[in-house]
Amino acid sequence: MKVRVHVSLKNGVLDPQGRAIHHAIEGLGFSGVKDVRAGRLIELEVDDSVTDAALDEMASKLLANMVIENYRIERVPA
Amino acid sequence: MKAFRSAVITFPGSNCDRDMADALEKVSGTAPFRVWHGDAELPAGLDFIALPGGFSYGDYLRSGAMAARSPIMQAVIAAAGKGVPVLGVCNGFQVLTEAGLLPGALMRNAGIRFVCREVALTVANNQSLFTSGYAAGERIVVPVAHHDGNYFADAATLDRLEGEGRVAFRYAEAVNGSARDIAGVLNGTGNVLGMMPHPERAIEPAHGGTDGRALFESAVKGLVGA
Repeated sequence: MKVRVHVSLKNGVLDPQGRAIHHAIEGLGFSGVKDVRAGRLIELEVDDSVTDAALDEMASKLLANMVIENYRIERVPA
Repeated sequence: MKAFRSAVITFPGSNCDRDMADALEKVSGTAPFRVWHGDAELPAGLDFIALPGGFSYGDYLRSGAMAARSPIMQAVIAAAGKGVPVLGVCNGFQVLTEAGLLPGALMRNAGIRFVCREVALTVANNQSLFTSGYAAGERIVVPVAHHDGNYFADAATLDRLEGEGRVAFRYAEAVNGSARDIAGVLNGTGNVLGMMPHPERAIEPAHGGTDGRALFESAVKGLVGA
C-alpha cells in the first residue's frame, strides 16, 4: 500500500524558500497570492502489516524534524 | 603533557575533515584518529571528537539528517553523554542538532543564497572548554561557507540558552538570519559545541587569519594541559 507523508513547516517558522517562490510567482505576473509555504512530500510503499504507530515513529524520528516541522500521514487506498 | 587523543569523523560527503584533522594535529602535536561513518565504535579513551563540515549524504532529506542516524553517531552520542567533548563545525553543527545533542535547527539562509566569506563574530561565552582562550566579548574573524546556517529555536529555548550562557558565539554582522545572531551553541553540560563558522580554516597565517586557533588551543589546554 502507498503511504504519503506530508511534511510542512510549523506556523511561525520563517520560510525563506516559500518567500522566494512567492516573489517568483509575482514576477511571472500572477497576483492575488497571499503567502507561499514550501514543504516536502515523501511517498512510501509499505506492506499492509506496517502499523500506524510504526509510520508515526518513522515520521517523527526521521522524515520530519519536529523542532521546525509538522507531518501528516495519509494512507492511499490501492 | 599527555598525548591529545582526538578523532575526526568522516561521513560520505564530508569535505572539511582533512582541514579539521590538520588543525587538531598542528595545535595538539598529535594526529587525530580518522573514523568512518560506518564504524560502530570510537577509539578508546578519546579526549575530543570533531564532526567536520561538508555535505554529508548529499544533504539528503535535511542537512545532517542522515549522518545523525549513522552507526558512528550512536557511539558519538554515547560518548557525549559520558562527558567527552564534541565539536561540530558547519555540517557537524547540523548533525549535532539533528542527533538531538544540541537544541534548535539550522534552516536555509534567510537570503536563500550560499554564503562563503569571512565574518566577524563576538565571543559570547569565554568560560567554556572551547572558548577559554578568548577574551569575553572578543571580536574575531572566521570564515563561513554554508547554505543552511539560519539557526532556529523557539523563543523559550532561545531564552534558556541565553540565560544559561550557552550561546558561545554570535555573528557581529548580518550573515544568515540566525535567531538572535547565534553562531554557536553549547549543550547543557558544556561539553558539546556546534558552530557554523569554521575555526579550523583560520589557524595559521597562510589561511588569511588565525582567530580560530584559540578554540583548539583552549580545548587542548583544558583537556591535557599545555
